[in-house]
Amino acid sequence: MKGNQKLTLSTAPHFLGRQSIRRDMVLVTLALAFPTGGAIAFFGLRVVWMLATGIIASLLTEWCAKKLRRKPFFMDGSALVTGILLVLVLPPTVPLWMIALGAVFSIGIVKEAFGGLGANIFNPALAGRAFLTVSFAGAMTHWVAPLSTTASAVTTATPLADGFVWTASTSALYKALFLGSVGGSIGETSALLILVGGAMLLAFRVIRWHVPFIYIGTVFIGSWVLGHDPMIQILAGGLMLGAFFMATDYVTSPLTTKGRVVFAVGAGTLTVLIRSFASMPGGVNYSILLMNALTPLIDRYTRTRPLGIPRRQGKKVA
Amino acid sequence: MKRSHVRKFGYIHPPTSKFAADQVSKLAPIPERVVLPLAQHIGKPARLLVEPGDEVRVGERIAEADGFISAHLHASISGVVQPLVTLLSPTSGMPVQGVVIESDGKDQWLEFVPDVDEPFSRKDVIGRIQDAGIVGLGGAAFPTHAKVDRPEGERIHTLLINGAECEPFITSDDRLMIEDSARIVQGARILAELLQVDRIAFCVEENKPLAIAAMRTACDELGLNAEVVSLPSRYPMGAEKTLIHYMLGIEISPGSFPTDVGVVVQNIATAAAIADAVLRGQPMIQRVVTVAGSVRSPSNLIARVGTPACALIAACGGALPGSDRLLFGGPMMGIAQASWNAPTLKSTNCILLLDAPQRIERNCIRCARCIERCPMGLMPQRFVELVKADQTDELDACHLLNCVECGACAYDCPAAIPIVSYIKIGKARVRSLARGGK
Repeated sequence: MKGNQKLTLSTAPHFLGRQSIRRDMVLVTLALAFPTGGAIAFFGLRVVWMLATGIIASLLTEWCAKKLRRKPFFMDGSALVTGILLVLVLPPTVPLWMIALGAVFSIGIVKEAFGGLGANIFNPALAGRAFLTVSFAGAMTHWVAPLSTTASAVTTATPLADGFVWTASTSALYKALFLGSVGGSIGETSALLILVGGAMLLAFRVIRWHVPFIYIGTVFIGSWVLGHDPMIQILAGGLMLGAFFMATDYVTSPLTTKGRVVFAVGAGTLTVLIRSFASMPGGVNYSILLMNALTPLIDRYTRTRPLGIPRRQGKKVA
Repeated sequence: MKRSHVRKFGYIHPPTSKFAADQVSKLAPIPERVVLPLAQHIGKPARLLVEPGDEVRVGERIAEADGFISAHLHASISGVVQPLVTLLSPTSGMPVQGVVIESDGKDQWLEFVPDVDEPFSRKDVIGRIQDAGIVGLGGAAFPTHAKVDRPEGERIHTLLINGAECEPFITSDDRLMIEDSARIVQGARILAELLQVDRIAFCVEENKPLAIAAMRTACDELGLNAEVVSLPSRYPMGAEKTLIHYMLGIEISPGSFPTDVGVVVQNIATAAAIADAVLRGQPMIQRVVTVAGSVRSPSNLIARVGTPACALIAACGGALPGSDRLLFGGPMMGIAQASWNAPTLKSTNCILLLDAPQRIERNCIRCARCIERCPMGLMPQRFVELVKADQTDELDACHLLNCVECGACAYDCPAAIPIVSYIKIGKARVRSLARGGK
């Protein structure tokens, strides 16, 4: 009867849910809108130009890399997220050409040279920042106070550096760090805005709570043990942004919950150690990159237990 | 009931799409011809008993079981036997032989002999189940007599009657429970007495309140001491190992069967067929089939086994334009058919028309959703990696063969990776390696 209508064969499952890479990336971008919006408010319109530079350079690099690799270019949104994240972890004064260079490195070397999204070992934005830090140490550690507290860009130090001076009460410092009136990287100033974005990612189940909370918790406990003020340690610097948006990067973090716990504890410990004993700032940056490198190893030892397979000899399963 | 073992992961919530849920089952028109593949079940294909030109009546045995793990086959319409045809199996896609019966339009039934002796003897019950050619109707199509004929000394403590119809679109079991709960309860009682179980539980998801109520009423009316358990509505719930784990907290190790841990699971349609066979002597010749998806009026039809899919679709007002995917079974695990004439089998619970566009496969982004969704606690992402890298021995070490191919991983894959296809390739390689090949 219906011989004229041809049938298409397909393998099960024959219908798919609404998850897609683009959906994830759009949600991350929307969550990043909170710290990004805050950054524009704190540091002014220059941030818009920085973001535009970062995003355009990222997308162009990806397009060129795909052409060189003879792969189809597809707007999955990952280059967009990398571009925004890279800008958010830079000081507000870096020249635009430096951002573009960082983006070319992030996308071209860290991501595409390893095989594109999914095959990269390191978080592209953080590797890009590390690249810029070692290349241009001066520009990368030039901090200014947010506009909301002072009329002009006054050079300042971050609370994690030795030169930092704070004359008001400690609780006022906590509040300033939480709301975003202390100098730092563009997207790192307001812990509150990052938490709002992170809560959004949690609510949409793009990320799970384990990595950010355990990471931040480890830094809190670790710095308390070493005699630092733990509140300053978790509110200042890149920890919040790193914990919610970088350490949760699917590609470069472990697969299982168990593995993610190991990853978060490791990153937290490294952050405290680098901040306390290393000669360079950037504890969050390097701790996450180091844990990225350990991810394949963590994955190897933190596999799931299949149903019906005993965890170890002796546990009773039928 | 304490369920501390119940995990908070290992399932998905696809849209249920049960558009035929309130459609009362109707008798499908008797087709002009039926095609009955000799291999309708797990095990050896049945041996042909008739010759072209023979006249058969409904219920007449036309092929007999070849060995213990095999099942008889009966004429589902009355008419004249035609020469054997070769067709693509609706389950495996491989060429198989099928008996064709051309209808004489009279629908003459064989006189079935009801069983009058009560209580039934064990041998008699198993014999009647075997005579009726009953196979697992939930989809697996394992010969039922082989499943319930337990060796001496093996103890079965629990009988689970599986009414968890977790695949989207399918409503045939739901309707059977609502409309024919007494038959199911009769079948369950026969099984319970045969297996000497301590506990009988009907397992139905909470999104089928009418079915749960009907089962409770039928148990009360027929005086069967059984629980009707309301399960959470998630996919996959009806998979045998998932159901046993949820209900009893028992994990079944690879290579073991539910009977090894004292449990037998039967689909509700199988239970009803057992009642028909034992109490009325009626063989497996028809069943409820849901016709859903892109058809004008989604329905539940009581269809003769071997009816061509197109005839059932026509009985539901025909296909909507653009539907180019014909499935037997649900959208998660159903099998795509290559022909509109593909005949329904004993185990076919749904004919589904879809026009879902396929998405493009991208790189895995290691989001680990597949791992979170896997009901068997496996790592589907790793299977894909290992299949691509052709590391077959490692696939086996990662318990690939434990996969039930429910498709929960692929359903929620943001990179649209056809994970189940990779797994099927991997399983074929593992099995070939186990046989000594490469």
